[in-house]
Amino acid sequence: MLGHHSLPAASPENAPVIAIRGLWTRFGETVVHRDIDLTVAAGEMLGLVGGSGSGKTTLLREIVGLLAPSQGTVELFGSPVQSDDPELRRRVRRRFGMLFQQGALYSALSVADNIAFPLRELRQLDEDLINDLVRVKLAMVELEPSHGALMPAELSGGMVKRVALARALALEPELLVLDEPTAGLDPDRSASFVTLIRTLQRELGFSVVMVTHDLDTLAGLATRVAALADQRIVACGTLAEVASMDHPFTRRFFASERAQAALQAAAR
Amino acid sequence: MSPATLDDEVQGGLVQARLAGDWTLATLGPQLSVLDARLRQLNARSAHWDLRAVTRLDSVGALLLWRAWGERWPDETAISETHRRVLVRAAGVTLPVRAVRAPYDPATPLLLVGRGTLTLLEHSLGVIALIGQIVLDLIYLIGHPRDIPWREFSATLYKSGAQALPVVALVGFLIGVVLSYLSSLQLKTFGADVFIVNLLGISVIRELGPVLVAVLVAGRSGSAMTAQIGVMRVTEEIDALATMGISSSLRLVLPKVLALSLATPLLVLWCSAAGMLGGMVSAHLEMGLSYAYFIDTLPKVVPVANIFIGLGKGVAFGVLVGLVACYFGLRVRPNTESLSAGTTSSVVTSITAVIIVDAVFAVLTRSQGIP
Repeated sequence: MLGHHSLPAASPENAPVIAIRGLWTRFGETVVHRDIDLTVAAGEMLGLVGGSGSGKTTLLREIVGLLAPSQGTVELFGSPVQSDDPELRRRVRRRFGMLFQQGALYSALSVADNIAFPLRELRQLDEDLINDLVRVKLAMVELEPSHGALMPAELSGGMVKRVALARALALEPELLVLDEPTAGLDPDRSASFVTLIRTLQRELGFSVVMVTHDLDTLAGLATRVAALADQRIVACGTLAEVASMDHPFTRRFFASERAQAALQAAAR
Repeated sequence: MSPATLDDEVQGGLVQARLAGDWTLATLGPQLSVLDARLRQLNARSAHWDLRAVTRLDSVGALLLWRAWGERWPDETAISETHRRVLVRAAGVTLPVRAVRAPYDPATPLLLVGRGTLTLLEHSLGVIALIGQIVLDLIYLIGHPRDIPWREFSATLYKSGAQALPVVALVGFLIGVVLSYLSSLQLKTFGADVFIVNLLGISVIRELGPVLVAVLVAGRSGSAMTAQIGVMRVTEEIDALATMGISSSLRLVLPKVLALSLATPLLVLWCSAAGMLGGMVSAHLEMGLSYAYFIDTLPKVVPVANIFIGLGKGVAFGVLVGLVACYFGLRVRPNTESLSAGTTSSVVTSITAVIIVDAVFAVLTRSQGIP
């Protein structure tokens, strides 16, 4: 009945959401990642942390297939991200949504058209249904239907993030990829954005991978934390486990007073 | 992912609709219209709904159901609490009034003309304001010669002038060749071969050289200037300049306009020279006209006033292209669409304005430079 069930290499039901195996990244002589292995199971919320220049964002771009690793494989839902088959590639890409750091909203399209864009690209839904869906998505991210007519240039930073989140959720993704979800937001907005993502995750059940340097975001969202340092993943576990690791990076990262406060808040 | 299924059976006079599987975008997509029709049909028979076997329900599935139900809860519904919440969320979206097409207004063409005129007026005022600002900047610079933006001036001169030399020479040379060849075919039939020098000299030096250069400069440098200033607006660099107390018109607009007003007449000279050379070579090959005769005759039949008219046009066109390019660059709003529209308007307006100004020149100088 459904076309893609008959296609080869369809993802096995129990495959992990993300499976990275033996990943190396080199830019010229510089080695960014050295033999990295990482898996994310369905429903998990993984936070990637690391110092600046440690290759967090590079790893994220390799996960979503914007960048090909020098060596090793990245599989999403059991299918390789860098596949030669364009049909398979598109199908994998439709199963996750990405929230870019600056929102990356299409500046020529209104908010409603930005959210409708991936839905229209499916060419399966009629215009009425798309309009209704856009309003559902806007309501999900706590925006009014009237905001749909605004242009991205007219939005505040917090609203840009919300609209970008609505667009990332448009295709009902099973994985949400967040690049610095709370960067550029004030602490109040940042906290409410974290709450929003957590509420949506509970309702919709998607998995999350995020890069962040904000400990409150990490404590509020991540069920598992992976720390990148010295070109490898030096620690992977719950926030408390990673924080108590004895490694120069984690010691520095979790040492500050604010970090301690965030950790205590997470423990409560 | 399990496919979405819909079964119905009649039990004791009651219609039972049973939904199962994943009711999500991924599974529904291809069979959306079929399921929609069946759901509506079942709703019309006031079925009892059983959604307990549904494994996943997303907003597409929820909206599909809600619309099939006529946007109200059916009398009998068995549904899990999680899925009920998804449905409630979809139901909470108030339906907008579907857009009604406005009836045809007989005044529409009139309004269009009016709006067009107002836009033209607005642009003219904007350009005049920019000219005023440049004049004010020039007066300021006379009092403060240390603030003259030499570096920007020379950078524009190099980019718009020196770097344009090869393409201008190529275009000028080829136009000279083509013009000379086509004219020689006509002139031969009258036995008026020698007039090729008059024809080429007047048309290239006075008319074609300046206009060709202006079109090239508008396409090459004007578009680049609009895009550059436009991107600087998008990325707030112009605002950054303002906060440092640096006038954007003095730093960005003035040096560009001044550099173009110097580079364009020089390019006109260069283009006319290349055109003469091309014409001379072509006349030699086609009609056997000697180089010496051509060079000897040119100053006798083409008064030197034509060169000055060409140079004057060059200055005017350079200022025009620079002004229009900067004006449209400063008007760019922070989105990609506006940037491309601004660049297009800039080039189109520059070229149109150049042709209009050229016509004005032709009328004003009609008694000059004709032997």
